[in-house]
Amino acid sequence: MAGGNSYRMKELSEKRAVCAMPIAGSYRSIDFALSNMTNSGIQKVAVLTQYNAGSLNEHLNSSKWWNFGRKQGGLYVFTPAVTADNNFWYRGTADSIAQNLSFLKNSHEPYVVITSGDCVYKADFNKVLEYHIEKKADITVVCKDMPADVNVERFGTVKMNEDSRIEEFEEKPVVAKSNTISCGIYVVRRRQLIEMIEKSIEEDRYDFVKDILIRYKNIKHIYGYKLTSYWRNIATVEDYFSTNMDFLKKDIRDYFFNEYPDIYSRVDDLPPAKYNVGAQVRNSLISSGCIVNGTVENSVVFKKAYIGNNCTIKNSIILNDVYIGDNTYIENCIVESRDTIRASSNYVGEDGIRVVIERNDRFVI
Amino acid sequence: MIKKEMIAMLLAGGQGSRLGVLTSKVAKPAVSFGGKYRIIDFPLSNCINSGVDTVGVLTQYQPLRLNSHIGIGIPWDLDRNIGGVSVLPPYEKITKTDWYTGTANAIFQNIDYMESFNPEYVLILSGDHIYKMDYEVMLDFHKEKGAEATIAVMPVPMEEAKRFGIMITDEDRRITDFEEKPEHPRSNLASMGIYIFNWKTLKEALLTNQEQSGLDFGKHIIPYCHKNGAPLYAYEFNGYWKDVGTLHSYWEANMELIDIVPEFNLYEEYWKIYTKTEILPPQFLADTGFVERSIIGEGSEIYGKVYNSVIGCGVTIGKDTIVRDSIIMNQAKIGSGCELYKTIVAEAAVISDGVKMGIGDEFPNETDPHIYNSGLVCVGEQSFIPAGVTVGKNVCIFGRTEAKDYPDNQLPSGRTLIVKAGDVE
Repeated sequence: MAGGNSYRMKELSEKRAVCAMPIAGSYRSIDFALSNMTNSGIQKVAVLTQYNAGSLNEHLNSSKWWNFGRKQGGLYVFTPAVTADNNFWYRGTADSIAQNLSFLKNSHEPYVVITSGDCVYKADFNKVLEYHIEKKADITVVCKDMPADVNVERFGTVKMNEDSRIEEFEEKPVVAKSNTISCGIYVVRRRQLIEMIEKSIEEDRYDFVKDILIRYKNIKHIYGYKLTSYWRNIATVEDYFSTNMDFLKKDIRDYFFNEYPDIYSRVDDLPPAKYNVGAQVRNSLISSGCIVNGTVENSVVFKKAYIGNNCTIKNSIILNDVYIGDNTYIENCIVESRDTIRASSNYVGEDGIRVVIERNDRFVI
Repeated sequence: MIKKEMIAMLLAGGQGSRLGVLTSKVAKPAVSFGGKYRIIDFPLSNCINSGVDTVGVLTQYQPLRLNSHIGIGIPWDLDRNIGGVSVLPPYEKITKTDWYTGTANAIFQNIDYMESFNPEYVLILSGDHIYKMDYEVMLDFHKEKGAEATIAVMPVPMEEAKRFGIMITDEDRRITDFEEKPEHPRSNLASMGIYIFNWKTLKEALLTNQEQSGLDFGKHIIPYCHKNGAPLYAYEFNGYWKDVGTLHSYWEANMELIDIVPEFNLYEEYWKIYTKTEILPPQFLADTGFVERSIIGEGSEIYGKVYNSVIGCGVTIGKDTIVRDSIIMNQAKIGSGCELYKTIVAEAAVISDGVKMGIGDEFPNETDPHIYNSGLVCVGEQSFIPAGVTVGKNVCIFGRTEAKDYPDNQLPSGRTLIVKAGDVE
């Protein structure tokens, strides 16, 4: 599921789908779902895109980065298409599956894993599947207990009984009855999914959560599988910022970068990062292709950024291919990719994170 | 029918013994360069950037790393249905099974490979130079001149010309004579070891001279063609070209990459250098870290101070460590409280806490002064250096060394310390 937009991403979503948001210097958020799939031995993956898929399609230009593209299986990208019997966009998550139902019908694999592409996590879907089979579940929903201080109102919350069967499921509750949220990862038998989707579409119901999970929760056996490891959703500017900043912590870096299995991404063939005289980088992540001439503190700098002389970048995220002119001061900001910041500029996020979008001309050599 | 206008044959079998322990377990073309690259990435990237999509890589000495690096050529887009990259080791034949005994002999043994692509021209390259060159422009020159063989040459200072094979040409660039390492050079055009041959000419020359032992391009094939009156031309190249054949030139070429605007610029958009990238994450520079005038590869974690250095991918540099004028290759681990001056640390070597290297006065190396000189310290791949030892200059260390190998925790300048483990020859 990579079609979504999120108004909570504000200006950042003007450019790309949430699933294509750059994460942790060298990745995009869909890399985590795709890597988890390939690492779980899933060989056939369909990516459903709709909203602003330019960056995403560019990122998915070859399936080899995630080791798909074998003779068995492959990576399929499905955008809505006008056909003899359909001329709609994807009207909802269930509809996006319905419009590609022939893909599911022509497959032979017994189970389907449905995930969203805007989460940062590692998961072994085989474990979820084992659990699914052991519980004789119709649908298994991967859930996560959130700390008590986290506002869960933008998630779907679930309440399970002692056997982990989901008794209540509320989408974006005003007052949450539970602090357990759905991670948007589901395991379901393929035939079961086809049957439920076909029925929903007949009734003009298009949303997977509302019209399938919530509607069927008393008839079908829907179980919750608790994920205990790191999981973050990046669908708001604040979450996006703090998820990136999490990678400045050693344990998070070790978990994602140095522990088996790896997260894969498109290879960009950029040269090593270069630090010239005057570079002062502290507690920051710097990606390949960057050239640093100034001060960077507590920041995440994505690929191919140029930071001019005497600049100060503090507590900020600099996205891909940004040019920052000399003597610039940036604090508490997210600088949008391909921005060109004029020399001697000043950008400070006063209360909260400021998204900087600057489309100045750049002299390209 | 398969038809390629020009195919390339890349000679990558040499040991490169003047790189000392750096090539003890890998062939010279597979040695790391510039942080994340290996030397062979430069000719391979030049090939694909020049539109040459069929490359035979001739391997012989320690080919494992080279094989796994090249694979099926994905990083260079050389995974092709027809053509692409092929690794060509020596193989057994019914009669006359032999190693590759010379550069041209290696090519001769792969005549069938070349023939299968039905080429007009064959480009001969060596895998041990750092440069960016458009072979297509050289081919245009070759065609325009109606040459049967074209040799890429580079003007060098007259006083250095005696170290090279020198081409003497007329005003039309036609080669009239050549001299190998002449005492009194008559020209300053040095051969770069890059040749374009008409396939017919090359094939005939190889077949005629096949009995020659150690069949070599410079010594046998070019003189043979010249003697037969074939038009040979010199193609002058004026860009950056570096032979990294010695430890010092290797170190120097790396150091040139960290200049503000390096003469050899990896940051240019239009002539990318590709390499196999296994490590993707960004690099982390800690609160305690400081980096200046350096390049650093992906996934490295820097807690110490780094000046004027080239650092590979997945390297860890501990707290309170100073690294200066050094080359640290992929996956090496440097402990905390270390001091490294003019040190080359090969891949996956481990340097424990408090080690000091490149300290004290310079003395010539006891075993190989022609290799280990210029004050460099060289640590071979997967070596281990115990905590707290101090190491001098012109030193070579290889293997899992222990504290007892360092009397008084010292290894003075000029020493060679090679610990032979079961698998090391």
